[in-house]
Amino acid sequence: MLAELGLPSVDELFSHIPEYCRLNRSLNIPPGQAEADILAYFKAAAAANAPGFTSFLGAGAYHHFRPAHLDSLVSRGEWFTAYTPYQPEIAQGTLQSIFEFQTMICQLTGQEVANAGMYDGSTALNEACMMAARITGRSGFVVARSVHPQYRQVLHTLTQFRDFPTVEVGFTPAGTCDWDALRAAVTDATAAVAIQSPNFFGSLEDWETAAEIAHARGALLVAVITDPVSLGLLPPPAAADIVAMELQGFGIPVGFGGPYAGILASRQKFVRSLPGRLVGEARDSDGRRGFVLTLSTREQHIRREKATSNICTNQALCALMASIFMATYGKQGLRELAQHNLAKAAYAAQACSQAGLEVLFPSPRFHEFVVRLRRPLADLEPALTQAKLIPGLALHPDYPELGHALLVCCTEIVPRTAIDSLVAILAQR
Amino acid sequence: MAYPNTFRYTTEHEWVAPQAGKAARIGITDFAQHQLGDIVFVELPAVGTELVAGQAFGTVESVKAVSEVFAPVSGRVTAINTDLVKSPELLNSDPHGAAWMVEAELSDPAQAAKLMDSGAYETFVAEQDAAAH
Repeated sequence: MLAELGLPSVDELFSHIPEYCRLNRSLNIPPGQAEADILAYFKAAAAANAPGFTSFLGAGAYHHFRPAHLDSLVSRGEWFTAYTPYQPEIAQGTLQSIFEFQTMICQLTGQEVANAGMYDGSTALNEACMMAARITGRSGFVVARSVHPQYRQVLHTLTQFRDFPTVEVGFTPAGTCDWDALRAAVTDATAAVAIQSPNFFGSLEDWETAAEIAHARGALLVAVITDPVSLGLLPPPAAADIVAMELQGFGIPVGFGGPYAGILASRQKFVRSLPGRLVGEARDSDGRRGFVLTLSTREQHIRREKATSNICTNQALCALMASIFMATYGKQGLRELAQHNLAKAAYAAQACSQAGLEVLFPSPRFHEFVVRLRRPLADLEPALTQAKLIPGLALHPDYPELGHALLVCCTEIVPRTAIDSLVAILAQR
Repeated sequence: MAYPNTFRYTTEHEWVAPQAGKAARIGITDFAQHQLGDIVFVELPAVGTELVAGQAFGTVESVKAVSEVFAPVSGRVTAINTDLVKSPELLNSDPHGAAWMVEAELSDPAQAAKLMDSGAYETFVAEQDAAAH
């Protein structure tokens, strides 16, 4: 290759990189090893991953059961086309899967258009706010503190050096957004109001009230949803103007750092401000049903720096997993799945109360709730580890005002015996 | 289609038509609509927006491209053509008339006089056509 390029050495290939930026030593890693040794190494490392533990962690990453056919279907060769094809119409199967994905997302969210996917729920929130700014010609964002703290951090990271003033609004003792504070915070300069439901504490917010407050000042309502399984039971956020949702709960495994997948759904009238890919149904010259990329004139490969968004990747594989998951469960199945989650969490919250623990926030909730511990979680860790329980998320770092509060999530895979053991340990004096 | 001789034209294919006083209407030319093809969407600025000569103030979307529309002159938008927003295809059928885009109060009406007149623009687009073939 060097000869082909007319270069005398590998060093010459990197001559445009300043000397001080180059690594002038070998990488600090062990020498090559036999495949069998590497397998043994990783098996030992994987054993440190708490196998056999029951997890009550939720907070944006939800451990739902993954039917075995998910992985065998998404691994089929038919899906091996490029994940963001620039001559997309040659891969009709890929486009059809995206079209069906968008259709199911619209049915689930009560919206009229959905794109083919975003990186994750948090960047979807950012894109939803940017979209609202484009539509309204305004720049202010009002975000409830009951929105996932990491989603708010991502929004802050992506807007901090641009002129998008963002205010946060607190929550009531019921654990839901403080509507009076929201009403006071929304002004004629507000582009978007962002509300999450079920919110970070698991409590349900009222979309209609949020929409009424936003719309009264000409702002748009951005609905944030972190577990799509909740929509099996809860009414769709039809009052929202833009829905920013995380899809991981739909068959994407809980991994350390991902992958996740987000979705943006909105109204037909806002379709030209919607970032990302959009697949439409069409007819070919012989009148046969086919699929095309719609509105791609606004995308980065055509419109470059003027594109609606340049960070919107098409998470095709994750979206496909979600599509297969939705098709597997169907309307009735998804409802039953959501009911199992609701019932497990209701049982756990009641058990906590009966054991004398304070369950915060009396408002209706889905599969997560907040319980206040009598002492720091760290004190209970030896007993929890022995019982093979991961108890949930300590809220102290993000919500110090709540004291030793623990966010507990119960999905359908959490056994009742584990809930009983957890409550017994948490209630220890 | 003839290019009205009361209009002034830019190399970006916008026209400006002086009205009474400092007012003027702004649109895109027949050559521009022909290049774009079937127009499906028009995005116009809000009334009150300050136009700066040479800077984009709106977009026109056809089945093959999305293009910026550049202000031929500076001024403040006093009206937008809501009929055009509802029926973008007017740009294909009547680009110099019913498909005007915005009306503006010009900050310096003399700016328009420096642009091409219809004769100069016709020569300009003939050269563009020749270069394309």
